[in-house]
Amino acid sequence: MHPFQYQRADSADQAVAAVAKTPGATFIAGGTSHVDLMKEDVHHPSLLVDVSALPLKQIAAFEGGVRIGAGVSNTAAAYHPDIQAKYAAVSEALLAGASVQIRNMASMAGNPLQRTRCPYFRDPAQACNKREPGSGCAAIGGYNHVHALFGASAACVATHPSDLAVALAALDARVQTLGPRGPRTIAFPELHRLPGNTPHLDTVLEHGELITAIDLPAFAGRSHYLKVRERASYAYALVSCAVALEMDGPTIRRARVALGGVAHKPWRVGPAEALLAGQLPTEQLFQAAAKAAFADAQPLEHNAYKIPMGRNLLVRALLETSGLQPLQGPAGTAFAASVGGVAGQLATPR
Amino acid sequence: MTTQATGKPLDRVDGRLKVTGAARFTAEWDVPNLAYGAVVSSAIAHGAVRSLDVSAARKAPGVLAVLTYENAPRLQPIPEKIGETQFRGEGGITETLQPLQTAAIEYAGQPLAVVVADTHERARYAATLVRVAYEERPPQLAMAAARRKTLPEMFLGNNKEKLQVTVGEPKSALAAAPVKVEQVYESAITHHNPIEQLATIARWEKRGGADFLTLYDTTRGLEVLQEVMATSLGLPKESVHVICPFIGGAFGAKGWLYAPPLLTAMAARAVGRPVKIEWRRQDMFAVAGQRAATRQTLALGATRDGNITALQHNTQTHSSLSSGFTEPCARLTRMLYAVPNIGFVHQLSHLHLPSPCPMRGPGETVGGWALECAIDELATELNLDPVELRLRNYAEKNPETGKPWSSKNLRQCYARGKALIGWDARNPQPRSMREGTQLIGYGMATTMYPAGRREAQARATIFADGRALVQSATHELGNGAYTIFRQISADALSLPVERVRFELGDSALPSAPTTGGSTTTATVGPAAQAAARAALEALKNLAISDPASPLSGAAPTAIEAREGRLALKANPARGEEYGAILRRAKLPSVVATGGAKPGEEKEKYSFYSFGAVFAQVRVDEASGSIRVARLCAVYDVGRLMNPKTAHSQIIGGMAMGVGATLMEATHYDPRNGRAVVRNLADYHVPSCADTPDMQVEWLNIPDPHISELGARGIGEIGCVGTPAAITNAVFHATGQRLRSLPLTPDKLMRA
Ligand SMILES: Cc1cc2nc3c(=O)[nH]c(=O)nc-3n(C[C@H](O)[C@H](O)[C@H](O)COP(=O)(O)OP(=O)(O)OC[C@H]3O[C@@H](n4cnc5c(N)ncnc54)[C@H](O)[C@@H]3O)c2cc1C
Repeated sequence: MHPFQYQRADSADQAVAAVAKTPGATFIAGGTSHVDLMKEDVHHPSLLVDVSALPLKQIAAFEGGVRIGAGVSNTAAAYHPDIQAKYAAVSEALLAGASVQIRNMASMAGNPLQRTRCPYFRDPAQACNKREPGSGCAAIGGYNHVHALFGASAACVATHPSDLAVALAALDARVQTLGPRGPRTIAFPELHRLPGNTPHLDTVLEHGELITAIDLPAFAGRSHYLKVRERASYAYALVSCAVALEMDGPTIRRARVALGGVAHKPWRVGPAEALLAGQLPTEQLFQAAAKAAFADAQPLEHNAYKIPMGRNLLVRALLETSGLQPLQGPAGTAFAASVGGVAGQLATPR
Repeated sequence: MTTQATGKPLDRVDGRLKVTGAARFTAEWDVPNLAYGAVVSSAIAHGAVRSLDVSAARKAPGVLAVLTYENAPRLQPIPEKIGETQFRGEGGITETLQPLQTAAIEYAGQPLAVVVADTHERARYAATLVRVAYEERPPQLAMAAARRKTLPEMFLGNNKEKLQVTVGEPKSALAAAPVKVEQVYESAITHHNPIEQLATIARWEKRGGADFLTLYDTTRGLEVLQEVMATSLGLPKESVHVICPFIGGAFGAKGWLYAPPLLTAMAARAVGRPVKIEWRRQDMFAVAGQRAATRQTLALGATRDGNITALQHNTQTHSSLSSGFTEPCARLTRMLYAVPNIGFVHQLSHLHLPSPCPMRGPGETVGGWALECAIDELATELNLDPVELRLRNYAEKNPETGKPWSSKNLRQCYARGKALIGWDARNPQPRSMREGTQLIGYGMATTMYPAGRREAQARATIFADGRALVQSATHELGNGAYTIFRQISADALSLPVERVRFELGDSALPSAPTTGGSTTTATVGPAAQAAARAALEALKNLAISDPASPLSGAAPTAIEAREGRLALKANPARGEEYGAILRRAKLPSVVATGGAKPGEEKEKYSFYSFGAVFAQVRVDEASGSIRVARLCAVYDVGRLMNPKTAHSQIIGGMAMGVGATLMEATHYDPRNGRAVVRNLADYHVPSCADTPDMQVEWLNIPDPHISELGARGIGEIGCVGTPAAITNAVFHATGQRLRSLPLTPDKLMRA
């Protein structure tokens, strides 16, 4: 770890001003992502501006939807009754992520801003354009088991690891920010960038731009999150999928689908969404949508397994969201989201 | 001896210390004037240091010294052998590359410099300022392509464990067999990943004008470490004192690799202050040892009615450039079944990767997995129940040596295991059982572990207040050593457990071997008994020769110890409490040492523990996810000293077996040899959600030959067997044979 300054902000304005004027300064909230990276010698902030004491901790009704303060903990958001009931995908994504202890510390702004789990990013001795622009990408041609199928570039094949972000992308959440040039609203699917030639930039946020809230717009459909991982709990997704379906009687009026673990950002699949809209939900339709969703996948040496896995996952997410198949656990819980369930015998044989 | 305490489920005697944080682990010793070391390690896997620029680090705040190969003290070579164990050469146990002695680089993560500063943070920061320029050469990272391949003769120089063996004529027997199975099984590199990371504190002082080194180290081999340090640093053994009363898990690590304590001792010498080096989790993937990857070819030949006539097991595995450690994969193959023609080969590729070392069930865990999966494949080929096939080939004596077993009740384990899991109620047809979207499967495997015993010493002190202390330089790894040795000592002293303490973890105590190979109970238990008895003898003699004692003048053989008293066997009322004898003699205590070692029984019998593991799995085929629904296991491990700590050891081992089967793997970059997985977020060990309820039973039949205690070791057997039981269950569920560990979801997606 390198030496750094630390200061606790009393107001959002002060926090923004402090970071904006200091090169190398960053915000810190729960610290669960940032501190690890400092200890791993990946991040070397000159100044940490602690935003965890700012009054950004409310969850409130807003324009028919819900506004979640940036400082709300992952735990508090996941168990909020309105979110659990109306935005099940959000609760499911949160509760299927990390561990209780981490979720208690982690903030709603910090979660989507956590950095990639590409192992090459985390080892200062490996080439990584995201960590050190211009140094190359060791994951290409290296061990790329957890890397991207979509939207990657010759400079970077990393994926975005957040579960929450996938659900927020599917629900078209909006990000409220306060920057050095004032407040603005960012549509969640526009928050993260593709790597292109600038993989060191994860998002469109400017230096010193503070997330103040995340808005979940009004939504009267059903949403759901599914996640496949290498251990039953406390592991990042290999592939995940968030689905939001709005129905018109028996037909799908609007479908939104985002994939996780496959790209540098939550991956909205327009072609699949278009296929689903206006149709009656059937397994055949869902198979077609899944096929369309992965049509452009470009696997690397070690991640082609994600294609059949992702297709199957998307089909299942659609079946479960549309009610053609039962959820694997109560809606809004980790049990609904966790593909494979937990070890041990089934409580109620299905 | 009474058996008041042994065999009872006594709570861990160190449990309270641990949960309250009062148990002191290595990194926690408060040593005055301590300085802190941080290690700079190699970014490349093969080549040499061209230059090391330490100027910025040297100038950083608080820095006291920077040690590199250019200025570090010179070390003597690692000895050829310590005790019975071969250290150097092919089949030897350790890495012979002494740290900071050369510019040459043999693996990524090899220590290249130590920065010492007045605080931990300053040392770490300064370490990031060291600039290393390399002369890079292409590393060899693939077993098949390795330039240096060897056929080590013996495992650790043990002439009873040959690594290249042919019994009978496996080749022709295979050719002639009417039914054959030949398959390749692969297992990934795995790491022990104990929760406590490596740490050492080294303090030098002058004693009687000569150098004296005190080491606090995360070691499960006090005496071996003492010898390695003494030889490497050119000191007499008595001038090195090693202390380690608690270890936060080892699983095979923390015993056989010495760069961490050597670097700390060198750093402390250079700055003239005590120095502590705590290793980061990332470093553990380079300097703490690992289980090497294996590629095993199993060929079995059998008659149509299921008699196995030939068994050939060829292992390819790897080590570093300067270690000859060889994962001994044929440990089950050589003894488990009554096969007349057995052959095995171990080929070792020397790669530019970190050194391997034993890991829980070395050889047994992955070698046993391959064998027991192949046996399952043969059962399918023969259309025989997997248990039945094993019974048809049940070995009544050791097939390699012809010796009788000291005790073997494996048939009972199979039968009870079948009943526990409901084996006969399953539909044996693969891919025939479902629950909702999931496929259900049942599988089983045999497990075993060699029941070793070594030599150890102990000291027993009986105090005038009626309490006692027994000591031996063994180790507490979290295995329950403090607890069961207190129980064994209490019984040997005929005292209640509350009046007896057991101390360990200090090289100044009577000698005990490295804790490993599941031998500690059988090794240290009898030594504690011997010391206790010697102390009671001394007490007897005091009483006999004291005219004021009711036992005055009695024959020693007429006296026995019972419930804290010495009394006449014929007339228990005539006697007195231990303390009374001492108090009258105005002695604070009586002390005696005792030792124990295996005798000729070792040559007469073949000592093994056995067991049978049964698994039920649920497979979500669409995602490749496998979950273990149930594990039922029955063990024949001799007499249990403490069913509670034993249960913990066994289920811990089985959980580790679940990890080895489903998720544990360390990947190294195929081009530059750096560990790509280097933290516990990416290296998955099983969580509670991966660990089913485990039904564990034991036969509790004393081994009549291993020692008077009848107890064999239980540290590792839980880990063995579990992987094959689960893998075979996955086959039963899906009809797919997965032959590459771990069985991560991608494997089923590819199948
Ligand atoms: C072992 C482990 C396992 C995990 N598993 C999962 C998992 O399975 N799924 C998953 O989704 N996540 C997982 N996580 C990640 C975890 O969810 C994140 O670390 C956490 O959500 C980050 O929140 P934080 O408040 O601690 O962020 P911090 O670490 O404080 O900050 C993260 C980033 O956000 C920036 N930031 C914070 N607040 C603001 C703000 N208001 N405005 C602008 N920028 C801000 C910081 O500058 C920093 O760059 C895991 C983490 C760990 C350590």
